[in-house]
Amino acid sequence: MTEENTVQTLSTGAAPADPTTPLVEVDDLQVTFTTANGDVHAVRGVSFDIYPGETVAIVGESGSGKSTSATALIKLLAGNGRISGGSIKVEGKDITGYNEQQMAAVRGGIIGYVPQDPMSNLNPVWNIGFQVREAIRANGVAKGKKDIEAKAIEVLHQAGLADAERRLKQFPHQFSGGMRQRVLIGIGLGADPKLLIADEPTSALDVTVQKVILDHLESLTREKNTAMLFITHDLGLAAERASKVIVMSQGKIVEAGPSLELLQNPQHPYTKQLIAAAPSLASRRIHSTVGEHLTDGVEGPDMLTLAERHEDSEAAVEAAPVVVKVEDLRKTYMIRRGSFKSDPLHAVDGISFDIHKGTTLALVGESGSGKSTAARLVLGLEKPTDGQITVGGVGMADASSKQLFDLRRRMQVVFQDPYASLDPQRSIGAIIAEPLKVHKVGNRKSRDARVAELLDQVALPSAMADRYPNELSGGQRQRIAIARALALKPEVVVLDEAVSALDVLVQAQVLQLLADLQAELDLTYLFITHDLAVVRVVADAVAVMEKGKIVETGATDEIFENAQQEYTQRLLDAIPGAGIEFGA
Amino acid sequence: MSDRTVEHYVAPIDENAAVEVDKVKLSERRSNLWSDAWRDLRRRPLFYIAAAMVVLVTVAALFPSWFTDVDPTYSDLSKSNAGPEAGHPLGFTFQGADVYSRIIYGAGTSLSVGVLVMLITGAIGIPMGALAGFYGGKVDSILSRVGDIFFSIPYFLAAVVVMSVMPSKNVLTISLAIGGFAWASLARILRAEVLQVKNLEYVMASEAVGRGKFSTLMRHVLPNALTPVIVYLTIALGAAITAEATLSFLGVGLGNVMSWGNDIADAQSSIRVAPMSLFWPSLALTLTVLAFIVLGELLRDALDPKARARR
Repeated sequence: MTEENTVQTLSTGAAPADPTTPLVEVDDLQVTFTTANGDVHAVRGVSFDIYPGETVAIVGESGSGKSTSATALIKLLAGNGRISGGSIKVEGKDITGYNEQQMAAVRGGIIGYVPQDPMSNLNPVWNIGFQVREAIRANGVAKGKKDIEAKAIEVLHQAGLADAERRLKQFPHQFSGGMRQRVLIGIGLGADPKLLIADEPTSALDVTVQKVILDHLESLTREKNTAMLFITHDLGLAAERASKVIVMSQGKIVEAGPSLELLQNPQHPYTKQLIAAAPSLASRRIHSTVGEHLTDGVEGPDMLTLAERHEDSEAAVEAAPVVVKVEDLRKTYMIRRGSFKSDPLHAVDGISFDIHKGTTLALVGESGSGKSTAARLVLGLEKPTDGQITVGGVGMADASSKQLFDLRRRMQVVFQDPYASLDPQRSIGAIIAEPLKVHKVGNRKSRDARVAELLDQVALPSAMADRYPNELSGGQRQRIAIARALALKPEVVVLDEAVSALDVLVQAQVLQLLADLQAELDLTYLFITHDLAVVRVVADAVAVMEKGKIVETGATDEIFENAQQEYTQRLLDAIPGAGIEFGA
Repeated sequence: MSDRTVEHYVAPIDENAAVEVDKVKLSERRSNLWSDAWRDLRRRPLFYIAAAMVVLVTVAALFPSWFTDVDPTYSDLSKSNAGPEAGHPLGFTFQGADVYSRIIYGAGTSLSVGVLVMLITGAIGIPMGALAGFYGGKVDSILSRVGDIFFSIPYFLAAVVVMSVMPSKNVLTISLAIGGFAWASLARILRAEVLQVKNLEYVMASEAVGRGKFSTLMRHVLPNALTPVIVYLTIALGAAITAEATLSFLGVGLGNVMSWGNDIADAQSSIRVAPMSLFWPSLALTLTVLAFIVLGELLRDALDPKARARR
């Protein structure tokens, strides 16, 4: 990574544009949104420069103002937002007073933009060719039908779509996420802008696809000496791709500097906190902090104790009884093709694994690998086509509905989306007590007491019981979902991407909570995720899934240090910032 | 860039020191969907006007004697189509009955038709839409096709046909005739909403806990899919009042029962000489229907947080 950064620095030196005058100067930028509840100051005095050919990354959590700062550069703020102070100079000219017409010349031509979500940023009713040509015509880079067509093909070629001629006639739904993002990058770079703003350009994509796209973007911008402004929540990605990193929090810049120096030697407590919380391949399994503080990053973990603990835990894993046993599990869906034909889709194709009591098995895979289907099968939310799932000695396939109902007490689930997993019309107390009510545990009074106890276990005030989910943040909602899952004192908890939607600091907090609860209640976790960096800190064992099959299993450290399968190795290599040692 | 070093900037630490991660902030003001909607409604002047109108009509329907001492059925032919006089502020009908008194006493008919149609529409439309959306597959196919058949019959035309063959014409029969054919669009709206809600994770979570399918539908899916239903039914109440008046006007409505529609129909023969005896019941009808429709629109806005933010 260090090498890459140096190369980038050198190549910029040979740029035709004057590399010593900044391309974009942002000075004391303030952005205000007018809402029903008064003004919200989203950006409060942000200043930075971007030089020609330079790659700058703005890193921050949601609500830090990073995306707002970027959209202010091209004045595409939401209707209720306005630049309330400071100046933005592009090539020396202040654009804060520009009207729509003047801005049209800046957008696309000088500053290109790649939006976040490739799934919703292409219009589904127009074909790809139309949308690319539209952008080219608007930017005035080509005139005449033929020239525009030729330019569209060239742009898509550049963006890495080899068979662009054929694909022009296709529609967005015929493209994968990665290909759509390439189209958007092509549109963003279509008019050879001097600066490309990429707002979380790959956060919706699988890691391996993300790496390919980012590599391509990097070589493309280097070739054309385009400056880049990356907006990201991922510190590793920022460190790997940018020469300069700006860390934002609550609308202000907290720390800014050369990326490697900043990440290895952070000065501000917030940056330190952020870096300590980011799971990376160098991190170790989080252990319960109950009674000790091993994971306290500032003091530095005691390696010897860690190693001993690790050996202990490995031995313990072997000794612990198997709680969940999955044998040759299969699930086949019939996908309708045309009116009468249907093709089988083997979503889960003969997988087997064991989970020992009190340990965590991570089921890892990219989208479409069948990991979520596997979770639903284990939970009994769907019937397997074939195979056997045994939980605590009870086989699910031949269990009666009474047995299945009892089995649910022993196995609970936490889902991915904290905003969709709690019924908005029920109070927090009712949500947590629901499993108790369904299983007719206790009376009203004892249930209320249990709710208070559970809220305490997930570190939330018991006063929250008569509030509603809309008052809570994503992380707090996820803790409520965990409390609900624990209500019946289950043995097994299935965590289906349970921390994927959370910001790093909150994610670290929830992961720590999960580790504490595991130690305290001897819980067994099945952890479904796409994020290998998170796997490293939570799992004792890993099973890697690809196209419905498990391609590799083993103890976490074994897999991470010495992956046997090429696919696993590819997943590991694709993690942004994998090779960077973070300081804290 | 080679001659330019990127400086390492650190913000003054005291002003932006690390904050407690994900701090719990419980506002003084409790908030949930219904209390937020109520708070929003109370801020809108139009709500008070519409609500006052609805309350007025309801009170008039329940206690007509609070508003007038005049017998609405008493006719004095010598006063036929006479103008306003003391004790009779809106004049007289063709038959010589008091217009004001007839409007007050007619409110009950209009309102009970509206409420009954609302109940009938809901009683058929809600289960049809909810079951079709939630269970899908064959259940959906059958229920939705039945709905489509009713949807394809213009409910007003059907009501005309049913009412003209009905031996007894009273509030209940006319409500059945209107509501029995008007539920299909409600079922469609609810089905679409249920389809969306049932794929949310809290529904899956409820099943994972061990709650049965039907119980999940009643407990989690239906309450969260009901907002458009409430809005639709409020507007449908207003529309049903119009439908009753129109049917009565066409002579297939309420026969001898006192209603605004019947009065409007009776007044049309003398529209040239006494337009006011047609104007007053029409105004009462229009304002009442408008009040319900405005109330429905306000509810729709209040129950949709996104619409609240847009204003």
